[in-house]
Amino acid sequence: MNREKDMMEVPEGRGFVQTMDRRDFLKLTGSGLLVLCSVDPLLGQSAPVAATQRGATDFNSFLHIGADGRVTCLVGKVELGQGVMTSLPQLAAEELGVSLASVDIVMGDTDLCPTDRGTFGSLSIRMLGPTLRAAAAEARAVLVQMAAEQLKLPITDLEVRNGVVSSKSAPSKHISYGELTAGKRIERRLDGQAVLKKVGAFTIMGQSAPRRDALEKVTGKAKYAGDIAPSGALYACILRPPSHGAKLLRADTSSAEALPGVRVVRDGELIAVLHPHRDEATRALALIKAMYSPSPSRLTHETIFEHLKKVAPEARATGSRGSLADGEKAAAQIVEQTYLKGYVAHAPIETHSAIAMVEQGKVTVWAGTQTPFPLKTQIARALNIAPEKVRVITPYVGGGFGGKSASMQGIEAARLAMATGKPVRVVWSREEEFFFDTFDPAAVIQIRAGLDAAKRIVFWDNTIIGAGERGSALFYDVPNHRTAVRGGWNGNPADMHPFAVGPWRAPGANANVFARESHMDVLAAKAGMDPVEFRLRNLTDARMRRVLEAAAKNFGWSPKPAPSGRGFGVACGDDAGTYVATMAEVKVDKSTGKIQVVRVLCAQDMGIVVNPEGAAQQMEGCITMGLGYTLSEEVQFKDGVVLDTNFGTYDLPRFSGVPRIETVILDSPDLAPQGGGEPAIVTTGAVLANAVFDAVGARVVQLPMTPARVKSAMKG
Amino acid sequence: MRVISFSLNGVDRKLTVDETRTLLWVLRDDLGLTGTKFGCGESVCGACTVLLNNEAVRACATPMSAVEGKRVVTIEGLAHDEHLHPVQEAFVKHLGFQCGFCTSGMIMGAHALLLKNPKPTRSQIINEMEPHLCRCGAHVRIVQAIESASAVIAGGAR
Ligand code: FES
Ligand code: FES
Repeated sequence: MNREKDMMEVPEGRGFVQTMDRRDFLKLTGSGLLVLCSVDPLLGQSAPVAATQRGATDFNSFLHIGADGRVTCLVGKVELGQGVMTSLPQLAAEELGVSLASVDIVMGDTDLCPTDRGTFGSLSIRMLGPTLRAAAAEARAVLVQMAAEQLKLPITDLEVRNGVVSSKSAPSKHISYGELTAGKRIERRLDGQAVLKKVGAFTIMGQSAPRRDALEKVTGKAKYAGDIAPSGALYACILRPPSHGAKLLRADTSSAEALPGVRVVRDGELIAVLHPHRDEATRALALIKAMYSPSPSRLTHETIFEHLKKVAPEARATGSRGSLADGEKAAAQIVEQTYLKGYVAHAPIETHSAIAMVEQGKVTVWAGTQTPFPLKTQIARALNIAPEKVRVITPYVGGGFGGKSASMQGIEAARLAMATGKPVRVVWSREEEFFFDTFDPAAVIQIRAGLDAAKRIVFWDNTIIGAGERGSALFYDVPNHRTAVRGGWNGNPADMHPFAVGPWRAPGANANVFARESHMDVLAAKAGMDPVEFRLRNLTDARMRRVLEAAAKNFGWSPKPAPSGRGFGVACGDDAGTYVATMAEVKVDKSTGKIQVVRVLCAQDMGIVVNPEGAAQQMEGCITMGLGYTLSEEVQFKDGVVLDTNFGTYDLPRFSGVPRIETVILDSPDLAPQGGGEPAIVTTGAVLANAVFDAVGARVVQLPMTPARVKSAMKG
Repeated sequence: MRVISFSLNGVDRKLTVDETRTLLWVLRDDLGLTGTKFGCGESVCGACTVLLNNEAVRACATPMSAVEGKRVVTIEGLAHDEHLHPVQEAFVKHLGFQCGFCTSGMIMGAHALLLKNPKPTRSQIINEMEPHLCRCGAHVRIVQAIESASAVIAGGAR
């Protein structure tokens, strides 16, 4: 499938991120056909029987068809930029047999949408998608059945086009969905029997439907949490400690309070300065004289790796096969290497923002969050009120990448709104964003592996500290292996990291794939083989072979053992059900150690593709974002202080560093749609490390590959 | 406090404000123009880019005193009578955005570039846009969008 396919010209359906209120909603769903569906988050498929027994609130999406023929999907997912506001309606429109323009979507509103755990893990299309499709297929079946009764025709004689059911033999006999549902209230629960359309019959899925958020985003009209402005709203700037672990001893707020229009609120440990203008609130905050105890932490971004090795929890085996001892015996060559990666920030351009308002005992919070429903529960708990008294609305979110799974700012805004009786907005500064970010954890990954005389991998012993298991499973043929994990992005002992860590786009997989695919190249070099041929020799997984071969063909890879001087690299990975193979070309300035990435090509098998242009956009975004953790991004800290407070020292990828990017999406009609928001990022570290090795013969084993690290690797 | 007179999106305005306050927050909080975004507050992300007398400036680092007597154009002032500006149109066509949070600043930065140089080379585009950050990684398409807007503008469509 070629991503250059022209965009389909379709008038837009609407996407509501915040404009519908409860009354509109009741009016909307008061009549018509409502399909409730449930998805088991663990199985990733609809679990109809269990769902019907779990009671009326336990479903994950609604699909509603109104008397005007308009279709509304209500989902708890949010639009972070990944494009689900556009692709989810495509699924519904396809299965229902209606035009895309007649499908609206309401997202991330806890009063209107069914409960959802959050928008992360590339789950929207992969997990919610099948449910939504099934709901739409079920609705179509119900409507066709009703049409058959009304038209007195057999179902086999009926077909659906653009929301109209008509007779194949006598096309003048027809009835629209709107006419069928008018004045009725029909409620259906998905029973799992719905029959989905086959790929060959798709007319809407598989097309690059234009993004619904485009017009609002290019005109500045798109509203994010910080843009919602109820009258009388105050900004809150909150007093923050200088370091993690520091405790507030005393605070003198008198000079801040003396400023005109400033109000200071103390609610337990929370001290905030409020003013209608954010810049004036910021100025007042600077006037607070606060004393803190020093942080007990003595760690730095350099000493952290030794610390992790010491304090990480006991190893937990996540995969094993055969016997490592047998493998060692069979090995002709053994290579052992430790790979390191520092902490990486999420750094969305929109900082954590929220606004909270209390009206008649009900708290409404607009928040830039990936988890509106968990946030609702947290707010209710913090305020000690019933969850029904809290509504979280998620407008457009200015990037998340896992970092907005934690939404402390929403709780802060709610507490301060409660305390003042006024609408209160909290918009974190960039410094607060760096301080409270739940970083991608630093990792230490050890791999010891051996080759037999035939250059086949005979054992693989992998110990992962900090990164968890995602991305570490072996798709290569290895008869004897063991993978053990000591800590991941959650569930760690309290003293493991000096600050919060959390999920970061394909959590842990970036570190694990960097280590595995670097080590594959180390082995290939040991074997004196071309890195692609070496992988293929050790790979029977047909799906991965196909992806790798597609990458090689499109890239124009010709076999040569590394270092060939060409600066070519390869890496394979699997994530969220999707397989990727990435190839890159780099130039290395030998005097400075600076890497310039010339070209990156990524081939991907993601099953059925819902929106090819959207999928390519996600792949490009992954590759571009991946340049950061690979080349320049590493959080610097010392004694509990996060030294990076803004983008002046913390280097995100920029225009000059972005290479030519090519994406190849393989035709894969027999596999349901898989994840698209994360897979293509996991290979970036290794593909570039391998390309650097191919260019200059230096193996960089620590991310990011800063010029200094490249130079020191070149010295050997 | 001082009266500041300036033109905002083609309309003359007089505001009584503390002239040390920044244009960014005056636009957002006092004037309700929320299309201009806050991303860093220190002139290092480009999200707050607006035009001051046709030059791209960072609104977060522009005190109101510097606005006196000048022409300010924000993202809200770019489309005319429901017609998108060619730069906006190109961003839609090439999908030069994902989350959209950097987009206002990107579009204003690109617009300023094309005003002074309607036919920039690729490397001039990259140079000019270098200070603008996009965390979603829409860079490749943003460059394509600017090239295509340049072709339209230099081609005399507007
Ligand atoms: S907010 Fe002004 S440059 Fe970042
Ligand atoms: S589109 Fe999200 S930051 Fe650029």
